[in-house]
Amino acid sequence: MFTILEKQKLSAEVFRMKLLAPNIARERKAGQFVIIQQGGEYAERIPLTIADADSSEGSITIVFQAVGEGTHRLATLEPGQAIENVLGPLGQPTHIEHYGKVVCVGGGVGVAPMHPIAQAMKQAGNEVKIIIGARNRDLVILEHEMSLIASELIVCTDDGSYGRKALVTEPLKELCESWKPDLVVAIGPPVMMKFCTLTTKPFGVPTIVSLNTIMIDGTGMCGGCRVSINGRTKFVCVDGPEFDAFAVDWDNLLMRLGTYRPQEQVAHHRCHIGLEIKEGEA
Amino acid sequence: MTDHLSPTELERDARAVLDSIGNRNLSVKERLAIPMQAMPVQDPSERIGNMDEVALGYSDAQVRVESMRCLQCATAPCVKGCPVSIDIPRFIAKAAEGDYAASVAVIKESSMLPAICGRVCPQESQCQLTCTVGKSLKDIDKAVNIGRIERYVADWESRNHVRKNPAVAPPSGKKVAVVGSGPASMTAAADLRRAGHEVFMFEALHKAGGVLVYGIPEFRLPKRIVQEELDALHAMGVRIERNFLVGRTAKIHDLMEREGFDAIFLGTGAGLPKFLEVEGENLIGVFSANEYLTRSNLMRAYDKMRAGTPLYDSKRVAVFGGGNVAMDAARTALRLGAEEVTIIYRRTDEEMPARREEVLHAKEEGVRFLFLHAPLRIIGDEKGRVSHVELITCELGEPDASGRRSPVEVPGTEALHPYDTVIVAIGNASNPLIEKTTKGLDVNRRGNIIVDEQTCATSMEGVYAGGDIVLGAATVILAMGQGRKAAKAMNAYLEHKGERV
Repeated sequence: MFTILEKQKLSAEVFRMKLLAPNIARERKAGQFVIIQQGGEYAERIPLTIADADSSEGSITIVFQAVGEGTHRLATLEPGQAIENVLGPLGQPTHIEHYGKVVCVGGGVGVAPMHPIAQAMKQAGNEVKIIIGARNRDLVILEHEMSLIASELIVCTDDGSYGRKALVTEPLKELCESWKPDLVVAIGPPVMMKFCTLTTKPFGVPTIVSLNTIMIDGTGMCGGCRVSINGRTKFVCVDGPEFDAFAVDWDNLLMRLGTYRPQEQVAHHRCHIGLEIKEGEA
Repeated sequence: MTDHLSPTELERDARAVLDSIGNRNLSVKERLAIPMQAMPVQDPSERIGNMDEVALGYSDAQVRVESMRCLQCATAPCVKGCPVSIDIPRFIAKAAEGDYAASVAVIKESSMLPAICGRVCPQESQCQLTCTVGKSLKDIDKAVNIGRIERYVADWESRNHVRKNPAVAPPSGKKVAVVGSGPASMTAAADLRRAGHEVFMFEALHKAGGVLVYGIPEFRLPKRIVQEELDALHAMGVRIERNFLVGRTAKIHDLMEREGFDAIFLGTGAGLPKFLEVEGENLIGVFSANEYLTRSNLMRAYDKMRAGTPLYDSKRVAVFGGGNVAMDAARTALRLGAEEVTIIYRRTDEEMPARREEVLHAKEEGVRFLFLHAPLRIIGDEKGRVSHVELITCELGEPDASGRRSPVEVPGTEALHPYDTVIVAIGNASNPLIEKTTKGLDVNRRGNIIVDEQTCATSMEGVYAGGDIVLGAATVILAMGQGRKAAKAMNAYLEHKGERV
């Protein structure tokens, strides 16, 4: 069992939890993820990127958006309660080195896993500029934390309710033109990552993305997470989660994410009823 | 399709045979004349609507009659055919007397998991292959049903709550890690614990049991049977640590140097599923058998109202492969509501590696077989969902390295076949995680860990390995055999470990 030490509601549907998981905290490096299974033997396994860890305290931090049945159930837990199953750290860590100038783009809840990567990039001597994107003001997270790392922080919202009214690709393009970064790291919704890739490609700026696909075991056994990388099949759980953005077959990835959409809609509705939560809230 | 006698009819017939025999001593001729006992099964039309076990198990009269068919021949070729050399004639003799406690005790001298092996061992290619009764009747299918008798006595023990856990020796002061919790690891853990070592079993998933839990479906191996074995390990004092992926949560070197483990057994299993390597394999609706079965078995997705893990809605399913996993996947798809399920295999019925009983059960349930066909590409609709598979006809050519005649594609026979789901059951490659994170651990070209045949020792001192991570895709009993062999060598190693330092 993995005891919840702290819980914060970052926005209407986004939560941050600190868990006691000493083994994972000790081994984890930026870019790795865990799989959580909570709520008895019928509950699904959910991959979540590790946002932070404190090996001396033996804790890891996860940030998640309550979007499905499993994440809604997770959101009902409070400090002192425990999560039944947490496996990790999984996947390959981010390759951190001194690139020079690095742009980190985080979209929505993807800002959370971006935080330790941006931090590590700065520690490795890079100058880091950060772009945060969200649908609206309420969904902007970790702005303060990111401002401590970035030499420039740009916040955008889709509806203009906070920061710049733009998609993250707009300032990203400007930075590619004016600042000429040596590396771009983008984490967020797959569509955002796809368009970041289309933005940086004409400038030839090496771009890394972190993929969060359908996944069950997270150890390589099921192959549900496979993606096409330069035409070759790779597993996100063991070969990733980070890949060269230019090598990813985005259309296939976006398609595969929709595999269970009909079933998910039914389940989502059912969990709102079962957990007595209003739609749109967690 | 069903010419099965009901369990009641089978019991009645067996009872009549028993009565006619009475207490007489039987001659060889009389024994050979005893009718072979059929396994009572759930009716095919009923069982495709549930996940319950298909084979129901012998009745008391049936197990005694079947046991009396054994000639107790002096040569006992069956024992040589058993990977763990169970004293088969002796356990069968006890079963024939109705002394099931003594019978199961004989099995447990050599095998830890009779309830499991009685169900999933390929007896027809092991102990029953060379059975003298089968030879005398000139039909392997008429061999004594050793596996069914084994299953009966193991189930009898559990049903009557007279299971005795093996005695555990006083604490040895040594600490051992067993990595993985499938059949190889379960066997090794039990034998290591018996010697008094402190044993920690590390399992990555949230449920222990390995392939017995995530892979083999409920209808072939009820999960409560696996749970009983895990409970027994727990009762013996084996610590089962779930959510622990060795290589990631801790590396082998960390376990030895930091955590103070004196020896490690690696039974991590088969690993990464192979795909067809044809165009379209990443379309929606293409699954590895591992994923399909894991969703249904481990995640319980077959219970659609309760499970959080979804299953793909399938109507026409193509399963590629000819092994037991292909049969399991096809039969699962039928039970999950597919209208038509076809197993597509490049060779013929003859070369299929699946157990004959599984093939027969699949056929009875309405699974279709398309032999001598190979996939060329998978085609999707505008939403990227599988709509067709292009197949080509094959004919059998010269035998390949495995000794089987290899399929040769016949040009001009390409054709599109409508399917909405493709399940790939063509085996697994080894998971490179432990190898990549462990310096000094030698693996072969295929990524399987290289071990000493006699001891299962790896290239690293104190580290042993067994099961599919060594053998590639093998059977439960072979995995168990290696677990046992490794534990014996590890116990010997640990006994002397302190002295050398």
